[in-house]
Amino acid sequence: MNLREKAQIMDTAGMKRALTRIAHEIIERNKGVENVALVGIRRRGGPLAERLAKKIEEIEGIKVPVGILDITLYRDDLTTLAAYPQVHRTEVNFDVNEKVIVLVDDVLYTGRTVRAAMDALIDLGRPQCIQLAVLIDRGHRELPIKADFVGKNTPTSKLEIVTVMVEEYDGKDGVIIQEVVDE
Amino acid sequence: MGFEKRKDLLGIKDLSREEIEQILDTAVPMKDILKRDIKKVPTLRGKAMVTVFYENSTRTRTSFEIAGKYLSADTVNLSVSTSSVQKGESLKDTIRTLEVMGFDLMVIRHSVSGTPHYVARNTGIRVINAGDGANEHPTQALLDMFSIREKKKTLEDLKVAIVGDILHSRVARSNIYGLTKFGCEVRVVGPATLIPPEVEKLGVKSYYSLDKALKGVDVINVLRIQRERQQKGLFPSLDEYSELYMLRPEHLKKAKEDVLVLHPGPMNRGVEISSEVADGSQSVIEEQVTNGVAVRMAILYLMMGGTKDEIIN
Repeated sequence: MNLREKAQIMDTAGMKRALTRIAHEIIERNKGVENVALVGIRRRGGPLAERLAKKIEEIEGIKVPVGILDITLYRDDLTTLAAYPQVHRTEVNFDVNEKVIVLVDDVLYTGRTVRAAMDALIDLGRPQCIQLAVLIDRGHRELPIKADFVGKNTPTSKLEIVTVMVEEYDGKDGVIIQEVVDE
Repeated sequence: MGFEKRKDLLGIKDLSREEIEQILDTAVPMKDILKRDIKKVPTLRGKAMVTVFYENSTRTRTSFEIAGKYLSADTVNLSVSTSSVQKGESLKDTIRTLEVMGFDLMVIRHSVSGTPHYVARNTGIRVINAGDGANEHPTQALLDMFSIREKKKTLEDLKVAIVGDILHSRVARSNIYGLTKFGCEVRVVGPATLIPPEVEKLGVKSYYSLDKALKGVDVINVLRIQRERQQKGLFPSLDEYSELYMLRPEHLKKAKEDVLVLHPGPMNRGVEISSEVADGSQSVIEEQVTNGVAVRMAILYLMMGGTKDEIIN
């Protein structure tokens, strides 16, 4: 599969601004962060959750708990995948009961990942509520799921691929749209 | 090749080092699930597995069953002693019956070496060998390796002594196949009558003195004296055996300070292992049981999900 870069929709500074705004929105919506915890969805939701936590600490002076969720065992497409995804650890080392949990992911697309993440989270306990923060909402939902906090709404075609890059895994920050081209 | 592409798990002998690592890596998050309040994930919903044990077992069978349940597979135990096997049904017909009931996977234990291999060739169902005669017991070796790796942080180049009845032990064979793939120095020790002369061909060293064999080892794996297989009188008495080969606290001093003691269970306390050692701080025997569930969950996950066709990512 050959991919061609079509457009950059967010650069390092843009990503930083979007995360700063989301951090403010999380604080505002929950009237502070006393009862809030962030849970990133593997893989790129992890570093994004860490960064949001750092921003929140800069603004409010409170360290919110941060966890990472591996949703592999909760995927709804496992029986149709031949190449098995490697299962990784879920690292939520705090009690989720009665907490406001903000799920964090890079791209919201069909909503199936978020569905799996909610199931995985509820197996860890009973949060008071679950909110959703995403860097990019690219549309094409297949389930009734909506994000509470969005970095950027980007209408896309289903043939396009939205790639979020983070320093931690990709060596740089940014969001690009790619499309599949025939050889 | 990834382990998930295999139809069956019949022995450690056929597995590559990468496949073993894949199973052990997958078992790490599975072990986390066991510590949760809700010990269940929906992964294998709609899959069915059956355990068929022609030999007695408590932990292996229960471990497979609960591992399947934690992953939401439906698990059934075929109780051989109360089944049509007693009416003279052939193994092949029993297998065929289970196949048309729609099971996706079968766990089989049999006193005759090679039975799981025969079954695997004669069915489309995936087969796991839970012990065949004196040949192999792959899931036991995998949980032993998991237990060692968890404590030692590596499997590479360790010195491991396997103590006891090597001749009849499928646990020993599977461990030897597995550990030597990681460059471990494996020593086997026991009475000469219980150490097959050919065993050195597997890349291990034979010892007849416990003290000598334990010198500087990282791990001691104590085997059970299988009383049910001691009809041939290969050693004079249990008393004499325990006099010479029962693992006692003083033996541990010969090994490395942080030596781990393993035992596949069930233990004969006072025969192959003293209670002080079995319950001592170096022992991981209880944890092996927990790890066994995690490792079997990993194996079931890798074997029972997914399509069997090759498709891309």
